[in-house]
Parts: sequence; structure tokens; C-alpha cells
Amino acid sequence: MEKKPLKQDIEEPGRRAWLKGLSLAAAGLLLPGCEGKFNETDLQAFFQKNFREIPKEELRKVLERLGEEYSAQYGQPVSVKATPPKEGVSFAYCLDLSRCIGCRRCVYACVKENNQSRTPQVHWITVLEMDKEKGVDIEESNIYYDPETVPRPGKFYMPVACHHCNKAPCVKVCPVKATWQEQDGIVVIDYDWCIGCRCCMSACPYGARRFNWGKPHVPAEEFNPETDYLGNRPRPKGVVEKCCFCVQRVRQGKYPMCVEVCPVGARKFGNLLDPKSEVRYILENKRVFIFKEELKTLPRFYYYFGI
Amino acid sequence: MQFAAGSLRIVAHGSGVYYAWLAFLVVLILQGAAAYSDQFKAGLILTNMRDSVSWAFYIGNFTFLVGVAAAAVMLVIPAYVYNWKPMKEVVIFGELLAVCSIVMCLLFIFVDMGHPERGWHLIPILGVMNFPSSLMAWDALVLNIYLLLNLTVVTYLIYCAFVRREYNHQIVWPLVIFSIPMAISIHTVTAFLYNGMAARPYWNSAILAPRFLASAFCSGPAILLILFQIVRKMTRFEIKDEALHKIAELMAYAMGFNLFLTGAEIFKEYYSNTQHLVYIQYLFSGLHGQRSPIAVFGWGALLLGIVSFLLFLLPATRKNPLTMNAGCVMIYASVYIEKGIALIIPGYTPDTLGQVYEYVPSVTEVRISMAIFGVGFLLFTLMVRVAIAALFGKQEGAGEELPDSAAASESAG
Repeated sequence: MEKKPLKQDIEEPGRRAWLKGLSLAAAGLLLPGCEGKFNETDLQAFFQKNFREIPKEELRKVLERLGEEYSAQYGQPVSVKATPPKEGVSFAYCLDLSRCIGCRRCVYACVKENNQSRTPQVHWITVLEMDKEKGVDIEESNIYYDPETVPRPGKFYMPVACHHCNKAPCVKVCPVKATWQEQDGIVVIDYDWCIGCRCCMSACPYGARRFNWGKPHVPAEEFNPETDYLGNRPRPKGVVEKCCFCVQRVRQGKYPMCVEVCPVGARKFGNLLDPKSEVRYILENKRVFIFKEELKTLPRFYYYFGI
Repeated sequence: MQFAAGSLRIVAHGSGVYYAWLAFLVVLILQGAAAYSDQFKAGLILTNMRDSVSWAFYIGNFTFLVGVAAAAVMLVIPAYVYNWKPMKEVVIFGELLAVCSIVMCLLFIFVDMGHPERGWHLIPILGVMNFPSSLMAWDALVLNIYLLLNLTVVTYLIYCAFVRREYNHQIVWPLVIFSIPMAISIHTVTAFLYNGMAARPYWNSAILAPRFLASAFCSGPAILLILFQIVRKMTRFEIKDEALHKIAELMAYAMGFNLFLTGAEIFKEYYSNTQHLVYIQYLFSGLHGQRSPIAVFGWGALLLGIVSFLLFLLPATRKNPLTMNAGCVMIYASVYIEKGIALIIPGYTPDTLGQVYEYVPSVTEVRISMAIFGVGFLLFTLMVRVAIAALFGKQEGAGEELPDSAAASESAG
């Protein structure tokens, strides 16, 4: 729940320049996609700092550069923002297990909103189908259910995505601080800093993290051009991604896409610090349970039984 | 300078078999480089790892080799305690093996990364290292220190032997002593990397680090035992049979302890029969009535471990060269399977949402792994060759036997 600015670089310029020169040679050998040549933009991208270390002025330039790159790639104007968290906002999510019908509209709305790769297929939300008789038993769950109509008799459905834990194991294990929790509670990833070691994927108890095993592909006509650096902007191959609570929407005062699209109102989202918010009402008045509570990850994602 | 030129001369000259062996390794490396080039372009999608099983064969090999690197140096302890005569040689060969293993470890991490060119993000000051919170950061730190330490000591020792000068005991000995806790620490930190993940109950067991150390103390000496016999045959390296038998005896204890810890784990899981049983069931039988594709490895590692334990426990078979060497190969195979497959895959199967993804390594993974072993063997062959020439005089060092030494460890791998 804290956003500590990382220490600024305190190296003397001479040493820095020398190291840059050395890395430049290495970069020449290693830069991805350097078929024949690489230009200054590639070098700027290569030497880009960790998001939390980029000074304000430089960040503007980075966002511009990324915007231009994506605009060219998708043939339309793409905006890349980096909206900071608001004071007095602490997000939480509630999901009503007694209402969810397992239609997966949230899954596909999320894919579209957040520019998830279509091939290879990446989904940030996994919906588990389970037997009412057995209760929450993930070993018996089925994620590939495909009937004519849902819900199937005797079954209930449990969508799972990033729980935005306050004691997030993924944040703890990342060797380069490429993932962290923001002031408003959203656990984010710097896709340009992630080295692709996948420690976080082993650490996450909710199976929420996705790796770009291949080059992600989103058709230009389906591309969502309203993006955020820490959210739905295009990802390169070889980095980890996951649910970002639609940071590009919620920091502009909108609901996450999954909340908006849910046909039965099973998904609720809001500010924990606002006593009149829906999430506060649910936490105060409903029977709430935390998935894998024994792991003490302190999620901001609560399941509840509304009826 | 003279040392470098001399070393070059030594490694450049040899018999036909030696050249053939080198050529074989180079071919092995080149085919893997081609596979890696494809993987670099297309991404890790060319492996069979997926979101469910997000670490697999590469990391398994890495884990195994950390053990080899650790145990190679820990062999200094019995050498010192039992006062074996060729103490210096034991240190040199052990550290050479450690250096080569660590190089292979780092290569396995490198090929497993989605963005290896961003490796500098991990370097303190230049990048951002999540220390002390991330165990991966710890691992990177201790592995590199260990590599530097061993490389320094072994280069210095061989250089002194090369120029026929007595090495400085006061510099070398503290470093060798320091490398022993370092050896224990690299394998402990690697165990903690898995151990600390509460999301994976299969790894989240307090005896994981002791199991790592026990199994490493079997596999590392297994390689050195074979190497010592070969070097002894072709040089005046004077290691007595008693010393070899002592190593085998210590390996029997280590394997016994390893089997005991494995048994304790098996008992706990099956007797308490909680929801955490599924992982070990996947290792030995299967889930949902399906036979697990890795059950054969689960049982294989266990049986090889038991048989080699018995071979090394009984003085008659321990002292018989044939059964001793067979035992070495079995121990090596047992630990390789245990660390390569039996440790990693059940950790992810079923995954954190209860799903089963059946992983077997892809052709790309096998090709790249073979190439990394090729690099390791090449490095080891060349360095052992220089070491032998420096230690036992140039005449004895050159010759037919060397390729066989590497071939012997190759067959064990």
C-alpha cells in the first residue's frame, strides 16, 4: 500500500557514459528485432529506466515515444497516459458468487478493453465451473466448460483474476521491482522493465499472471487506443501481464470493463475509503469470503453471497 | 601472458580422439545456438512451458547444476578431515567442476528469460535489484560471488603450478575455507527460491533445503569420483583407493539421508492425506484416473537412488570398481531426474487453480539444454587439460585419456 520513489541515480557521468558505451556494444548484439539496424529510438527504449525512477519531464517523452510507436503499429492515433493514483482512493472489488452465471462476458470484454493478445490467446480472467454439491474445490473445477447455455444445473461459477493483494507475493519475489502496488491499491507491472524470469507466476496463488510466450497479436481494427503505461498499452513478447483493475478507466472515474459488462450485476467495484460506496456496503452487510485466506496475502478482491 | 599462451598451446594440441571430442562438443553447441536463435526470435512459445507450468526443464537443469557446483567444493571437507595427500588437486578439480557448473547454471537462467537483454536491470546501481526481498536477487548475487571466488582460486593455483612456483598458502586457504559456506549457501538460497512460495504447497516444505544439500552431496562427488580414477590412471595424481572408497562411503550416507528425507515427505503427504496430496500423486501415479506422464521419472529417480544407496553402503560393492562406477552413474541419473523433473513439474501440476497441464520438454528445450551441457563439457575439458599439464608436467597431460574423462561424465549425464 505504499509507493516509495526509488532512489535516484547518483552515478558520476563519466562512469555512466562508460557503462553506456559498454552496454551499447552488448545492445548491438542483443537488441530484439534489430534486423540489420537499430536507431536512436531503440536505444532510448533499451536504456529506459524503471517507471518509478523516470523523472517527470523524461516520462512525458517516453509516453510520447510509445504513443508514436503504437500509432504507427496500429495505424490510428494511440494515446499513452500515465495517470497517477488519486489521494483518498483505495480500490476494492467484490464478486457475488450467487449471481454469477458463468457467461464469460467479462472475460471477452476484458480482452478487448485491455488489448490482450488474440493469438496466442491471453485471458486475464479465468472462470472456474464447480459443483454446488462440493463447494469451492478447485481440484474438481473445470475452466473449459462449453455448454449451449449457462448456468448449467448443479453448477456454480467463480471468476478469478488478480486479487491486488496488499501483501502481494508477486511483488515480494520480483528480482527487479518491475511490479509493485500503487497508492490506490492497484498492483501494476512495468512491461518495459520486466525481465521475463516468471518468479511472480510461481508466487501468485491465484494463477492471475500471464506470460507472453509468443509475440502478442491484436488486430488493428479491434485495438483500444485509449491506453495507460501501467495498464492496457501493447505488451512486448517475453513479459508478464495481468489484470490492472482497468487502471486506464478507473483513474478517470469509470468502472472496470468487467463490472460494466456483467449482465447480472455480480461485479462491484469502488473506493474503500468512501463510506457510501457499494464495496463498503457489501463488506459491512454481506457474507464475504477471501479465496485462499490462509495464505494471508490480504487481497482487495472479495467474494460474497448476495442472495 | 606466458601462462595464457602456454594454456592455448596445451588445449590446441592433442590426439585425434581429443579433436573428435572437441568437434563433437562444438557441433552440439552450434545446433543449440541455432535453436536458441529461433527461440529468441519467436519467444519462449517454442518451449512447452505455459502459464500453468511456467518454469520447467531449463530451471530443473539449473537447480541440478547448482547442486553439482556446491558439492564439488564441499568435497574439500573430507579431503581435509581425512588428510588425503593430493589435497591441492582435490581442491583444483572440485573448483574447476564448480566453475563449469555455475557457467551452465547462468546459461540456463539466460535461456529461460523472456528478456535476457534486460539482464542489466538486475545489476545494483545500474538497474534496480530487489534485495533482500527477492530470493532470485539473492541467487544471482551468491552464484556470481561463488563463480568469481572459485575462478580466482583455481586460476591462481593452476598459474602457480604452471610457473612452478609455490602458491601463497595464506591467500588460498582462507578463500578455500570461505568457499565451503558459500557452496552451502548457493544451494540453500536456490532451495529457498522454491521453498518460499506459499502458493506452491509441494515446495513449501521446511525440509526442501536439507533435501537439496543431501542430494547434491551425492551427485557432485559422483562426477569427481569418475574423474579422479581417470586422472589417476594417466598421471602421477596419487589418490589412494581408500580415499575413493571414503568418498563412496560418504555418498552412501548422503544418499541414505536424502532417501530418508524423501520418505519423510512421502509419509507426511500420504498419511495426512490433505488437499496437498495431489502434487505427489501426480509425481508417482496420476490424477483424475489418468496416468501421469512423469510417474516413470518419479519412480525411476527413487529406485535408482535406493539401488545406488545399497551399492555404496555394502563395502564389497563399494570397493569393486565396476559396481562403484555403476553406482556413480545411477546416483547421477537419480539426482538429475529428481531435480530436473520430480522437483519442478509437480510443483505446478495441478496449478494454483487446480488445472492439470501435462508438460514434457519440447525439442527446442532439449536442443538448447544439450548445447549448454556442451559448453560446460567443453570448458571442463579444456580447463582440466590445462590443470593436468600444469600439475603433472606437459608430457603426461596430453594424450588419449582426456576425451574419455569427459566422455565418461557425458554418459553419466
